[in-house]
Amino acid sequence: MPLSSQFINLLASILLLLAFAMLSQRRIRSLIRLFMVQGMTLAVSTAVIASTTNQSHLYYSALLTFSLKVVILPWILLRMIRQLNVEWDVETLINIPSTMLVGIAIVIVAFNLALPISHLAGTITRSTIGIAMACVLLSLLMMITRSKAISQVVGFLSMENGLFFAATSTTYGMPMVVELGVALDVLVGVLILGVFFFQIREKFESLDLRHLEKAEEE
Amino acid sequence: MLAVLGLPLAGGALLALWGHEKWAPELNSAVSFCTFIAAILLAWKVLVSGPMVVLNEQFFIDSFNVFLVVLTAFVAFTTTLFSRPYMRNEALLSALSNYQLRLYHSMYQIFCFTMLLALTTNNLGILWVAMEGATLATVLLVSLYRTRASLEAAWKYFILCGVGIAQALFGTILIYFASEKVLGAGGAALLWTHLDAAKGSLEPTVLSIAFVFLIVGYGTKVGLVPLHSWLPDAHAEGPTPVSAVLSGLLLNVALYAVVRCKILVEGALHNRFADDLMIGFGLITVLTAAFLLWRQKDIKRLFGYSSIEHMGLMTFAFGIGANFAGLLHMTVHSLTKSAIFFSVGHAVQHSGTQAMEAIRGLVRLPAIGWGLMLGALAILGMPPFGVFASEFLILTHAMQSHPWSTPVLLVALGVAFASIFGKVQSMVWGESAGKALPHAQASLPILLHLALVLLLGLYIPPYLARWYSEAARLIG
Repeated sequence: MPLSSQFINLLASILLLLAFAMLSQRRIRSLIRLFMVQGMTLAVSTAVIASTTNQSHLYYSALLTFSLKVVILPWILLRMIRQLNVEWDVETLINIPSTMLVGIAIVIVAFNLALPISHLAGTITRSTIGIAMACVLLSLLMMITRSKAISQVVGFLSMENGLFFAATSTTYGMPMVVELGVALDVLVGVLILGVFFFQIREKFESLDLRHLEKAEEE
Repeated sequence: MLAVLGLPLAGGALLALWGHEKWAPELNSAVSFCTFIAAILLAWKVLVSGPMVVLNEQFFIDSFNVFLVVLTAFVAFTTTLFSRPYMRNEALLSALSNYQLRLYHSMYQIFCFTMLLALTTNNLGILWVAMEGATLATVLLVSLYRTRASLEAAWKYFILCGVGIAQALFGTILIYFASEKVLGAGGAALLWTHLDAAKGSLEPTVLSIAFVFLIVGYGTKVGLVPLHSWLPDAHAEGPTPVSAVLSGLLLNVALYAVVRCKILVEGALHNRFADDLMIGFGLITVLTAAFLLWRQKDIKRLFGYSSIEHMGLMTFAFGIGANFAGLLHMTVHSLTKSAIFFSVGHAVQHSGTQAMEAIRGLVRLPAIGWGLMLGALAILGMPPFGVFASEFLILTHAMQSHPWSTPVLLVALGVAFASIFGKVQSMVWGESAGKALPHAQASLPILLHLALVLLLGLYIPPYLARWYSEAARLIG
């Protein structure tokens, strides 16, 4: 196995570890830092794939990932929590150890699901497809178990990271125009959510979504 | 072609600046009218010269999507006509600020733009981007009133659709993964026309996994059970013109995305896997929605659930291969449902509440009362309206190919009839306690839509029938 592909596998396992770390992290500020590290790992792994396979367009997407997910989005999110003053601990709906156990089950499912796909892939990174799928599903779990609006958003963004990793590892990335479009959607989404958070806060005086539950649920 | 997309985008920019002015509603209508004219011209061109690919193969128009383009542009235009008096009333009744009015008008046009982009693009990736864009454009519209309930609805809408659409992105990635082997890396491997030409040689296992992700993802936006729970909330809490376009147009566009992907998967798999998935989702949706209709108390939620039911019926129709009926049902449903929402919007303003118990005597405002009554009869599949024709076609087709499904459908349609008809009847008749509206209601769009639905039920013009059959043949 060549060195670069081992390096990519290492980065992939770091991504998986980070996904678990985010699942267990209770402080919002640290959650956003973890998201930053995840984006950084993603950008580095994309750049490594680019250099080993000579896919020059992957350099652009690595740059895009870096600027969006390491610089812009964390900056927006951190600014938001400063203004909204939501530094306190996140309460999860299920306690952390059981969440971790569910997470492990999810990883096994994801690897099984990815098996037929990775057999077909001809890319040097094919062993990482299972990890990418596991990251997506773990972020989904995080969105389900968290009740704070901001942690749900971080879960959403890290799901997007997992998808992006899936795209680079199965196919060396989507066509550039699609990637730009996705990036634009994510950015606009976060900006809209920023507006939205202030509206929620105005009305509910807290970003805990459990306040949102209506009695007359149909 | 460019005009179809460029006009709403430009309109969105203009209205972002001047959307609070007195003449903004007129500008909104004018932009939509021009878009509609451009769509007609485009349709004419396709009708005369066949499918076309423009702008470096990035856009692709055939009879399937051009018909939806015209429908979208038409309903978007009539909705702006309705929205003129409606939003003026709202601005007075709910004290909307200039900022909110600007936001509303601008986002309305952006929303139209994303839907038209989703319909005309040739690139499956851009299709995804446009669908996500449509969600983002409407999230802030749903929470426009900033009440607790509307914020909750918008949050639910954003998160559920966001998660759903992320699954669709994964499906798209898998399709790209399969096609890249056949078509080579780069932009061409996501272009629908290229994929369609090479669909026989795409890897079947990957495509079947991809389709599961795609139908779950776009199905969330179609409102398929069990991912439907955002839909009634979003319909109930947003301004009524937004409910009308969500129900009449956005759901269609999402279903269009599912059907486009189905064509590819079917070509690669050579079995009934995709069909069976659509039949299953469709039937469960129809049945669940019909029984949930019974319990509704809020008038807009009631018709939200009715939309879920009809989308399920369409999904089922495309699944059993009743494409002609499915396309016809798409058309008549969006015309009828938007007409119903127009009347509901004024009815709610008239009585000052969305609770059905408190709405009485709508017949005092003839256009609204009768519009709601006839609209409800039409949506319930009464002859001679167009919905009857399409539902009849779907049922006869189901009887031939999947006889076991007909009793299920009949039960669902029966339950839906009983729940909606009883509720609408008591709202239309009786003594009215409502107050007069500051601006006269918009009767024209309601009557226009109902007249068209009636016309389609009695007589489908031959060129329209040819158009439908051509599109039905493309779906396969």
